[in-house]
Amino acid sequence: MPDADLFSLPDLSSLPELSRIVRGTDFWSLRIVDEQSDTYCVRKNVALPPFACRDRGAMATVYADGGFGYAATDDTSPAGLAAALARAAAWARVTAKLALFDARSLPRPAPRGEYSSPALGVPMRSRKEWFELLMQESREAAIDPRIIDWEASVETRVATHRLVTSTGGDIVQRYRFLFPHLSVTAHADGDTQTRTLNGYRGVCQQGGEEILERFGFVGSGRRLAEQALEIVMAPNCPSGRMDVLLDADQMILQIHESIGHPLELDRILGDERNFAGTSFVTHDMFGTYRYGSELLNITFDPTRAEELASYGWDDDGTRAEKVHLIREGILERPLGGAISQARAGLPGTSNSRADNWNRPPIDRMANLNLEPGDATLAEMISGIERGVLMETNSSWSIDDSRNKFQFGCERGRLIENGKLGAVVKNPGYRGISAQFWRSLARVGNEDTVQVLGTPYCGKGEPSQVIRVGHASPACVFTNVDVFGGEA
Amino acid sequence: MAPRESMLAAGTMESYFHELAAALDGLVAAGETYLASFSGEASDFVRMNHGRVRQPGSVVQRFLDLELIRGARHAAYRLSLTGRPDADRALLAATIARLRDTLPDLAEDPHLLYATDVRSSRDLRGAALPPAEAVIDTVLRAADGLDLVGIYAAGPVYRGFANSFGQRNWHEVTSFSLQWSLYHRADKAAKTTYSGFEWVDADFAARMTDARERLALLARPARSLEPGSYRAYLTPTAMEEIAGMLCWGGFSGRALATRQSCLFRLKDSSVALDPSVSFTEDTAGGTAPAFQDNGFSRPAAVPLIEGGKMAGSLVSPRTAREFNLNANGANASESPESLDMAPGMIAPADALAALDTGLYIGNLWYLNFSDRPACRITGMTRFASFWVEKGKVSAPVDVMRFDDSVFRLLGDRLIGLTSEREFVASSDTYRCRSVASMRLPGALVSEMAFTL
Repeated sequence: MPDADLFSLPDLSSLPELSRIVRGTDFWSLRIVDEQSDTYCVRKNVALPPFACRDRGAMATVYADGGFGYAATDDTSPAGLAAALARAAAWARVTAKLALFDARSLPRPAPRGEYSSPALGVPMRSRKEWFELLMQESREAAIDPRIIDWEASVETRVATHRLVTSTGGDIVQRYRFLFPHLSVTAHADGDTQTRTLNGYRGVCQQGGEEILERFGFVGSGRRLAEQALEIVMAPNCPSGRMDVLLDADQMILQIHESIGHPLELDRILGDERNFAGTSFVTHDMFGTYRYGSELLNITFDPTRAEELASYGWDDDGTRAEKVHLIREGILERPLGGAISQARAGLPGTSNSRADNWNRPPIDRMANLNLEPGDATLAEMISGIERGVLMETNSSWSIDDSRNKFQFGCERGRLIENGKLGAVVKNPGYRGISAQFWRSLARVGNEDTVQVLGTPYCGKGEPSQVIRVGHASPACVFTNVDVFGGEA
Repeated sequence: MAPRESMLAAGTMESYFHELAAALDGLVAAGETYLASFSGEASDFVRMNHGRVRQPGSVVQRFLDLELIRGARHAAYRLSLTGRPDADRALLAATIARLRDTLPDLAEDPHLLYATDVRSSRDLRGAALPPAEAVIDTVLRAADGLDLVGIYAAGPVYRGFANSFGQRNWHEVTSFSLQWSLYHRADKAAKTTYSGFEWVDADFAARMTDARERLALLARPARSLEPGSYRAYLTPTAMEEIAGMLCWGGFSGRALATRQSCLFRLKDSSVALDPSVSFTEDTAGGTAPAFQDNGFSRPAAVPLIEGGKMAGSLVSPRTAREFNLNANGANASESPESLDMAPGMIAPADALAALDTGLYIGNLWYLNFSDRPACRITGMTRFASFWVEKGKVSAPVDVMRFDDSVFRLLGDRLIGLTSEREFVASSDTYRCRSVASMRLPGALVSEMAFTL
């Protein structure tokens, strides 16, 4: 990079007046984020202008007099960092008397170490070669006049995050992400249907070009176009109570919305009630509450190398480790970082995360996975007398307590007497989280697992949109309220 | 406490932006054109929970979206700036050099369109606000003994545009937004917004009094409704969520041309809304900039739906080229930023009487399409929503899921709209504080389908 020297990490010892600014504080930290991305897109066989991004800034956090304050700045010079620390300290002191909790009781981490994404240094193809690949997939999607819109795109992103604490902590985490995407839209007989590669940016992992092969990116332009045509000409999904077989690219949404968010400890503590919402889960449920059937095993796992939200430490400096949140259907622990754990008196996870340098860490999901079972896909289909296989989330809505949900998918296939049947469009289902997971009847084996996620999980005041990973097998749920589109 | 501006370099943000533009003028070569869009803010954010301060902080950020064009080839780069002139000039030089190196590799873009007529502008709104800590003292004193949760966001927001033809646009809004909820228990709460350019204690106090009154209603035993169809009144705040769904590609010129808009059947005239329904992109009446990212000025108003029928769309320069349409000031997203819905005839004071018996919906939440071509939307009721009998609030209702088509709700089931509207400033703070807004009436509908 021609400007690399401008983004070298600063020497904190050169901070002017650092000792004066932080004198009397209980704890301070600086979290410096430097991310750069390149996005290429071909839409309807026309290459869009390449878009690159370089974003760098710092978040200063200070505990003082029992208060807590933060200040974020795009000026990462020694003077800029000093000004941010001073502002954060001022916030801590001026609001200490009104603080929700005494910051002196919070943990003061001192992490040291490094983390790197897989294949971090392995070169990737050139810009020209990316455009060639995307153009190839775009051209192969144009198979019929009813295909009215389509695009192939990829975003590559590298990031360096450094956290320095007044307790001697200093960690550097280096990431590389790949976000390939394909979508094809067909229109016929007054209806429009879109088919995507595992959802909008559902394919998102850490690593390099091996991710393309993992998801069959090459050749998917034509495949998705054929499916879009098939869907737009298909009948609507039938309505009624029946079994559903949710493929992995719908399971990730089901896990995200009806397990991930309700288990976030800051929601349970009430922080999110003005915006993202509360939770039907309460303190007293941990350790005893039956969340789902005995087949349900949910883990928080920031250690799966290729998964989108893997890391070595969260943004408060807590070491990342895999833990069970739900074991054999019983709720064990929430998704809460060190600060929320201290407030709630509950065990938690290393999930205090911020989406960028300009937002403070809050409790987020990171990687939230459903552990595989032992059923093959064929066994799950053969066990369904009447039901629908649903693929790829397209619509999501859930109440603010994360209980009453309604989800829609891109593509459905009827299952009758244990056999896959016709394609149907607008497959949807609704239910209540607290009941739905108890109807989990079969869990697919490792062969049905996909490691997916979303770069767009929204939450927080001020709001944040963060990268979240989900790995899940396909699963069967019984007696579900299923519906289709408008007649 | 030192003001947040202590984190800014000396000089105003506007003069700093002009310095950047002047630097870019000197960096581009003959035959090259640059477009530069600036986005910045110096914000205080104070998050509250249980009537106490949860997370107080400040954010200073400056981003520049830079596009370099030679002939029909172009490339774009977004960079965070530092506020330090020497460092930022070096950043700009490195960025222009990188973009220049990129151009020869690229194919010509048949859909490139940018403004060449110079239309400079300057718009500054708002004035100095009280220190955030003083506002928070006021808010928490007023909420003494109550379970208050919310966010105060305040400070200047900046948008700018410059190009190599000498056009300069500057839009600066200094504003505040206080959003808070008073909780009775579990999910029963009254949510209120107070936003504007000048903090007035009496205005805040009036809103807090109103919030306390709604909170008292929430203490009544809740009523659980069975799935079915109910007569309903949607407040302007609830209508913001419905309108927000229409803004998700609904008015997009490109989405309409490719029949991906939820309103393409309205455009095809296979459906129509009630004749009282009209939507306009009302830039003159909103708080968003009057210029867009390619340098085009925005018309004061763009009719979108008139008399229940599609009247226009938001067309970005790229869409204009691709589909042979006229660009009308839209950004690439082609989403309204100053949406105005025409008023109706129902006096707000008469809304409950007009509802008679049915559901008063104070807020909606988490909407999504359940069948986009049919403009069918699902979502939840939230916060202070009540069952009303004979024009009087009877009981708070437990949250309900609706699933219905806007073609019906604003079509043959629309009884009427309120004669007065609310100006709803966007509270969106993803990545940056939004400057979008809507002006909306309440809506009374004869039936609304609830499913769960």
